[in-house]
Amino acid sequence: MVKSWLEMVEQITRSEGLPIVPDEKTGDPVWVDLRELRLKYLIPIARIRKFFDGLKEGKVYATRCPVQDVYFFPPQADCPYCMDENLEWVEIRGRGTLVTYTVVSVKPASYLHYPDYIIAIARMEEGFNVLCWMSVDDPSQLRIGMPVKLVVKRREPEGFFTYYLEPE
Amino acid sequence: MAWQAIKQALQDAGITQRDVGFVSVANVGGWSAEPLPAISINEYAGLTGVGTYRVEAACASGSAALVTAANLVSSGAVDIALAVGVERMNESPTPTAVELIGRAGNYFWEFDMFGLTFPSYYALYATAYMNKYGATEEDLAKISVKNHFYASFNEYAAFRKRVTVDDVLKSRPVAWPLKLLDCSPITDGAAAVVLASEDVARKLTDTPVWIAGVGYGSDTSNLSKRPDFLTLRATRKAAAEAYKKAGVDPSKPVKSFDVVEVHDCFTIAEILAYEDLGFAAPGQGYMLAREGETYKGGLIPVNLDGGLKAKGHPIGATGVSMAAEITKQLRQEVPAERQADIVKGMGLAHNVGGTGHYTYVTIYSLQKPG
Repeated sequence: MVKSWLEMVEQITRSEGLPIVPDEKTGDPVWVDLRELRLKYLIPIARIRKFFDGLKEGKVYATRCPVQDVYFFPPQADCPYCMDENLEWVEIRGRGTLVTYTVVSVKPASYLHYPDYIIAIARMEEGFNVLCWMSVDDPSQLRIGMPVKLVVKRREPEGFFTYYLEPE
Repeated sequence: MAWQAIKQALQDAGITQRDVGFVSVANVGGWSAEPLPAISINEYAGLTGVGTYRVEAACASGSAALVTAANLVSSGAVDIALAVGVERMNESPTPTAVELIGRAGNYFWEFDMFGLTFPSYYALYATAYMNKYGATEEDLAKISVKNHFYASFNEYAAFRKRVTVDDVLKSRPVAWPLKLLDCSPITDGAAAVVLASEDVARKLTDTPVWIAGVGYGSDTSNLSKRPDFLTLRATRKAAAEAYKKAGVDPSKPVKSFDVVEVHDCFTIAEILAYEDLGFAAPGQGYMLAREGETYKGGLIPVNLDGGLKAKGHPIGATGVSMAAEITKQLRQEVPAERQADIVKGMGLAHNVGGTGHYTYVTIYSLQKPG
């Protein structure tokens, strides 16, 4: 929420004795919640740790069930079809074709600090799809069916390793 | 807000709170303050003490709540159940609502990493569909124009202003190729429906509306795990199941229905629904939009209440609102401008949760099924 708006609410609460302001859309009176909750989840990744180690080495891994001959991407540690836990880690060769894409202009609250971004889905040579951001200067260069490659880069400003598609 | 809907439903059925055996509440929440909406609503509505729960199936929560309530009645567990859908999305600022809806897919791999938004999920389908079949942004815009037109006759619609194809094309981009007027709005709303056993319903009304069949479907959490982006598999499965149960010919379902509600959270979603429900062949759905075949008097009238696009899409309320609309249509209780001709006495509601993550297809009939 905008800082100046919150300061206005604080002022009104102090002067009027109640945190009640007009709603920005309807003008109806609204009570501004006295409490604020921040959520940041701690997501367990121990069983797919290899995927993240791979990113640090510039590699993107999928898992594969040798019994069913199926790939899992995003990777999972269990094969639900044969109940097997002994999945293989396979490095994705990184070549594919563009299946679809979009340009996100209206962004979520936690993405407002990024410029507009392109989300794309590519079908990889191995037969599964990858969804991630597409690095390209001009989205009008994109054509469905064009060859693309998967690369690992740091996402700025945070600096974490993640995977991107780029035109081949 | 939920009370306003519950009050109308109780009065329409001519019952009181004492007659209600169970309350099934559809609500997704997160953007609104109350964490136990079923309990809070029941207290306000004089329903404290009645068995209840909250049901979540994303944007299909309303249908899920309705179906579970109907199953409680048909199993004989209760004589009368109330299905209530409610959502108050404006209790949070818009970017927070955008964030929370965007999270409603696969959180870790698609939101946390790549910031998918709800419009962008459907935009991935729109891009693929338009490229494969040659549909244009104008074709998508025609869905918005139709739904805004009918909303202008609906006193409960969020947007009663009509729009033109040009307005849609010039509206600001949200997730290319979808623009603001291709998208359903962030909405507050509520709906309620009374479900009763045959014996009880016959005492309450001369015009009961029957649930003739329900079909269910779901799809992968990660969009990337789907084979293509041209069809919602969950809808195809749910439609096939519902048609079978209701005795509808799956090769020509339009012959069975007077009026249909489809889940037009985005314009592309209505076009996909035409195909996935079997109203048009694959790749031909946009032609129904282009030729105006889903207006009153066309091949099959769709979303005569304004749809999610213009009536609004208060997530948990939507499926229940579809049931209320089909009921009113079959009873011929809506304003003439948007009343379908009721000849066959059957209607259909198609309610999708997320991006085809969940689907419910519910068929309503003036005739007792079977």
